[in-house]
Amino acid sequence: MPIRWKEYSSANAYDELITPHGRARKAAQRAARYIGSLTDVELRERRDAAELAMRVMGITFTVYSDQGGIDRAWPFDIIPRIIPAREWRITEAGLKQRATALNMFIADLYGEQRIIRDGIFPAELLAQSVNFRKQCMGVRPPLDVWAHICGSDLVRDRDGRLYVLEDNLRVPSGVSYMLENRLVMKRVFPELFEDVSILPVDGYPTRLFDTLASLSPRPADYPTVVVMTPGIYNSAYFEHSYLAQQMGVELVTGSDLVVQDDDCVYLRTVGGLERVDVIYRRVDDLFLDPEAFRADSQLGVPGLMRAWRKGKVAIANAPGAGVADDKVVYAFVPAMIRYYLDEKPVLANVETYLCMDDKQRAHVLANLDKLVVKPANESGGYGMLIGPSSSKAEREKFAGLIEKDPRNYIAQPTLSLSTVPTLCDGTVEPRHIDLRPFILSGESSHVTRGGLTRVALKKGSLVVNSSQGGGSKDTWVVETGEH
Amino acid sequence: MLLSSVAERMYWMARYIERAENTARIILVHNNLMLDMPRRIAIGWEPLVFIMGSENVFREHYSEASERNVVRYLVSDKNNPNCISCSLAIARENLRTTRAIVPRAAWETLNDLFEYCRENLATGISRRGRYVYMKRVIDYCQLLTGKLSGTMSHDLSYDFLRMGRNMERTDMTTRVIDVRATNLLPNQTDELKPFDDIQWKSVLDSLTAYQMYRRHVHVRVRGRQALRFLLQETEFPRSVQYCLSEIEQCLHRLPGNEPALRVLGRAQRMVHEVAIDRIVREGLNDFIDELQRVHGELHDQLTTTYFTLQESAAS
Repeated sequence: MPIRWKEYSSANAYDELITPHGRARKAAQRAARYIGSLTDVELRERRDAAELAMRVMGITFTVYSDQGGIDRAWPFDIIPRIIPAREWRITEAGLKQRATALNMFIADLYGEQRIIRDGIFPAELLAQSVNFRKQCMGVRPPLDVWAHICGSDLVRDRDGRLYVLEDNLRVPSGVSYMLENRLVMKRVFPELFEDVSILPVDGYPTRLFDTLASLSPRPADYPTVVVMTPGIYNSAYFEHSYLAQQMGVELVTGSDLVVQDDDCVYLRTVGGLERVDVIYRRVDDLFLDPEAFRADSQLGVPGLMRAWRKGKVAIANAPGAGVADDKVVYAFVPAMIRYYLDEKPVLANVETYLCMDDKQRAHVLANLDKLVVKPANESGGYGMLIGPSSSKAEREKFAGLIEKDPRNYIAQPTLSLSTVPTLCDGTVEPRHIDLRPFILSGESSHVTRGGLTRVALKKGSLVVNSSQGGGSKDTWVVETGEH
Repeated sequence: MLLSSVAERMYWMARYIERAENTARIILVHNNLMLDMPRRIAIGWEPLVFIMGSENVFREHYSEASERNVVRYLVSDKNNPNCISCSLAIARENLRTTRAIVPRAAWETLNDLFEYCRENLATGISRRGRYVYMKRVIDYCQLLTGKLSGTMSHDLSYDFLRMGRNMERTDMTTRVIDVRATNLLPNQTDELKPFDDIQWKSVLDSLTAYQMYRRHVHVRVRGRQALRFLLQETEFPRSVQYCLSEIEQCLHRLPGNEPALRVLGRAQRMVHEVAIDRIVREGLNDFIDELQRVHGELHDQLTTTYFTLQESAAS
């Protein structure tokens, strides 16, 4: 039976495509009408075509584990998430504003620490931050930018408003899926791309290269840029290799690099050593340089921090940028925007309770069944408590954890997360989603058009992480002709 | 620009593909030889272990060099890093980390072969299934070499692949000569004499050289001519002389090649100038040992110059 939008309903959540009355929202009208006009067989054919395209392209992308199995095939749903361009322009401005303030904050923390002196940001928070790197104090990276690539997660609550859930400033991943998803959709729904004005996303690798190149310590048209990966067993390895290929730069591991007595970083090539200008590293801070951080790191390059501090090489994101990637620091972003930019935040934060504060902690402990509790420094959806769906034992466990280490926990009200119609067993059902746009900051800043939409494929689930049953969708920013 | 680590992976990938192919061929040829030799003459399977140069490891794990033990050891024993399974696994690992450079079709072929070998191990070791299994390994390795040659840019990275392939061929040819030919030369027992022919043929077969030998040499197979063919023939792709000149061509395109060219030149002179009659009389072993030593030196020099950059790092 073809899809009947009239019968589709997303209870208790905002649906991105369909109104509660079963009508398509303006930007989604053409797509909804087209998808609704397909028979079951046609719809299945499109889905199979997408799977096939994924598989064929996936040959390049999937990482084969040692046992020969594929450990990296991420489910994809063919119904796109659609955002009106008018709304996107506002979101984009908000993301740029946020990235600018975050970069000023990081620079300030490693510099004069005005924000602490002025009583906006508590000094004890910094003292307890696990991502603050004292080795970075006093460093002024090129253009004063620390977080060159930022992935901020956005969600839309029941009220239809977008909220920023977190900012990933260490090594955010997922952009390759955004690019790949678009290629698949162009193969599967070419007629929609002719009919609807969907903003392209494929300029990202070029923008990324330009951003990285703008950091080069040596003026040159084509500075030597490399992508540094922890190696083939890293779950994002395919993205590392994909981005290196797309930018036309070398993919390297720590052992390909060496720091010489002149404090410059060199690539080991068959023609001898070649100077490197910019390193896009996808390796965590602590593994970058055994001289400066963990001495047991096999992934790093001895002397890399020395070279960076002396300005002989640029590293993106800069070491230490993760200090702002912390769910406690997150609560202060609106205040940062007002403090550094004297502007009103365009994008809202989710209301956040800091467990380190006695009053807020009491509120959290009394309302564990209604709140989501998150550790400050985990990613990938690990170590969370989702109050409404938790057991008594889980809540007691978290109460204990919070009492023991209040600095490490925050709590937020349970958002309902908006939904998008998703193909499930031949019919469409609402599934919860979020959005990760990527913000590039260098000489100029750039935001991806849309970003990566992650979808929780299990009915009712709010966890979109790929490691926990999530999939992805293509994200369309669509011009509707209004301004 | 070519990263040292990528160059090194190309080199080893080619060596291990070649090693898997050569091992399979040696098993296959020996199998045939055993069928032709009379029962009372026991050549046994042990020489194959000597050819692979890993008799110590073998003895640690097996009490006797029975057919079954030797074949298992050469096909799938994890204690033997040179066994076919391990060689393919190492080649695959090297290719997996250089997939941006190597054509996708080559990856698929190697992956297919790897899966086939793993799934059919029991067949490969059994006497009945052995032929099909070894043939498959040889064919796929050749297919892979062909795909690499035919679809990959012949740039610096390909030069390393080609050097790896020819280093391994040189190595294998000298090993086969060392183990098989020395036993066939003068001081052997009368009992074996009548079987000289088929044994020499199997030496040539081990290196796919028999047919070409007949085309070039026109005589029935004789020790000295066979030896000359395997060492000095300039047109046969598995003769030592030929392999060394392939390496030379690659080196000429590479930067900083003087030290490696010097070592290579020594090996080439040794092979070119050697009087076959004399070494047959005075000791083939000594000559082959010396040649293998220089071969090892060449490998070390390539490693130093291009993979670990010890010299350029100092400059």
